[in-house]
Order: sequence, then C-alpha cells, then structure tokens
Amino acid sequence: MREEGWLDDEGFLGAMEISETLPGLNAVNMAIIMGDNLRGLAGAAVSVIGMLLPGSIVVMVLGILYQSNHDNPDVKRFLLGIAAAAVGLLSAVTLQIGRRQFRQLPDIAIIALTFLAVSFLKLPLFAVLLGMGPISVWLYRPHISKPRAEDEHLPFHRGERHHLFRH
Amino acid sequence: MTRLIHLFLVFSLLSVLAVGGGTAVLPEMQHMTVHTFHWLTDAQFRNIYSLGQVAPGPNMLMVLVIGYKLAGWAGMVVVGIGFFLPDCIITLFVNRWWVHLGGWPWRTSIQRGLAPVAIGLMTSGTYAIARLSIINVQTLAIGVVVFAILLWRHVNPGVLVLVGGAVYLLLR
Repeated sequence: MREEGWLDDEGFLGAMEISETLPGLNAVNMAIIMGDNLRGLAGAAVSVIGMLLPGSIVVMVLGILYQSNHDNPDVKRFLLGIAAAAVGLLSAVTLQIGRRQFRQLPDIAIIALTFLAVSFLKLPLFAVLLGMGPISVWLYRPHISKPRAEDEHLPFHRGERHHLFRH
Repeated sequence: MTRLIHLFLVFSLLSVLAVGGGTAVLPEMQHMTVHTFHWLTDAQFRNIYSLGQVAPGPNMLMVLVIGYKLAGWAGMVVVGIGFFLPDCIITLFVNRWWVHLGGWPWRTSIQRGLAPVAIGLMTSGTYAIARLSIINVQTLAIGVVVFAILLWRHVNPGVLVLVGGAVYLLLR
C-alpha cells in the first residue's frame, strides 16, 4: 500500500481501527475500507474480490479433493495435525491481538466472562454479545475515562505492527 | 431449497455476529452446523476447518466448502454471499460515517469496550478447535510447539501449519 502511494500510515491505522471494531474478518473489512477510500463502491468491490477469489479457488479445489478422499486415513491424520497446529497458531494470534487486554482489569474479567459464557455455559453468541457488549462499553463510558494515552486500550495501537496481524 | 435458505440464514447471522473476526464465531458455527442442524459431524467440521488453514487468504473461506458439501455449487454461493456480504455492507456504511463520529466520545468507548469481548470470543474459538483436535500427547505437542515458535519469531503461519500436519502424518 505504501509502495503504491495509496495510503499513508495514518490512513492504514484508521482503517485498522474500524476493521477491528466492526463484525467480519479484519482482512476483508480492511479491503473494503481501502477500496472505498480510493475508488468508492467499485474500488471496495474489486478489492474484496481480489482478497477472496484466489483463496476461494484453492479452498474449493481442496474441498473437492477432500470430498473424494475423506475416508483415507492418511488424509484424516494430516488434517488432524493441521488442526492441532492451528490451535497453537490461534493461541498465539489471540495473545498477540489481546496483549494489552490480557494485562489489565477490567478487561481480563470481561475476557474471562465472555469465554465462560460461550465455552462452558454454551450461551448463544447473540446473547453473549448483547449482554457483554453493553456492559463492557459501559465500563469504558466517556465521563469516567481519565485522560490517557489516546490509544492505550485499543487492540491495535499506533505502534509497531506485529507479524501475526493478518489473522 | 429449504436447506439453501437455512444455510443462508445461518451464515448471514454468523456474519453479523462476527465481532472479533472469524475465530470468534467458530463455537457458534460448530454448534449450529453440528448440533442444531446436524449437517456435519465434529470431525467433518474440524477437517474442513483445516482445509481453510492450508489455503491462502482468510482461513474462514472454508465456509465455502461447508456450503458445497451440503448443497453443491449453489450451497457454496449461498454460504459465500451469506457469510461475507452482510459484513461488507456494514463496513462500507460505517466507513463513510466514521469521520462524522470523530468528536463523539462514545466512539472510543465502543472501541475499548468491544475489544475485550472480541478477545474473549477468540479465546472461545481457539478452545473449540482445541477440543476437537488436541486428542492425544502428539497433537498436544504439535499445538504447543507451534505456539512457542510463533511467540519466539516470525515464521510463515501457513507453512508451520502444513508442517504440523505432515509431522502428525509421519508420527504414526
């Protein structure tokens, strides 16, 4: 992006902030925002298609191969190993994105309650979001927030980017 | 036809609820596809998730395979539109609106407040995949080693995950 002169760092981080807060995959949201800022609706459409099309083709080829080989024990073992490795990856990504939140109350409490509600109480996601979302936003309601470094609590602060950010 | 409608409704609901990204909706996706609608078994859900890890681009593209498995090419299209389009529309509107919210103090509150919720949901997503895949000492070791390597230095996660699969295959 920088090389093409499409966007400065400020624009990139602004897009990141919106992408993080809204529902949806961050990479897709980023593509929409950058495309829209550069070329409007058409730009957004083209950049989302560009982001999703190559992976879609590959995943469908794999999916069709899987359909015809799903009983093969080697395929099963291979995919199980991938899932196990993915757990390590997801743990690292979650820790990295939440590195600020995992260090401070009340964020740790919100993380723990959300996790318990979904994974152990098995509450439906919409209920968890409708419950925890407003509570957590209320904890950070405007009039009690002391003046802080502008972006201290954001998952993506205005600092160095980490290599895991694509997830 | 009923199945296509169900697929569309389920995946567009997941799309709108995906605060925190794809990982955050994995438990709900697993619950709906495996337990509510009995479309997949836990093992099939896990295997299709793994396919997404191998493909380039967002790994949640694996939802296309779920659609294809359940209702052929039409299923793939319906799930793709359902899962990606609502978020794209929301993001497009909010992006155009965002600058106008600059002086609104709640904007920061919403960002700060939703962040820990999103991370809690991502933790649940990670746990859901762990429940399906960490089934013995070898799989546990693969997960732990990948985690340690990624904390230690930058390695392409796609390559690492492929190596994880290959190692487990060779460990028999």
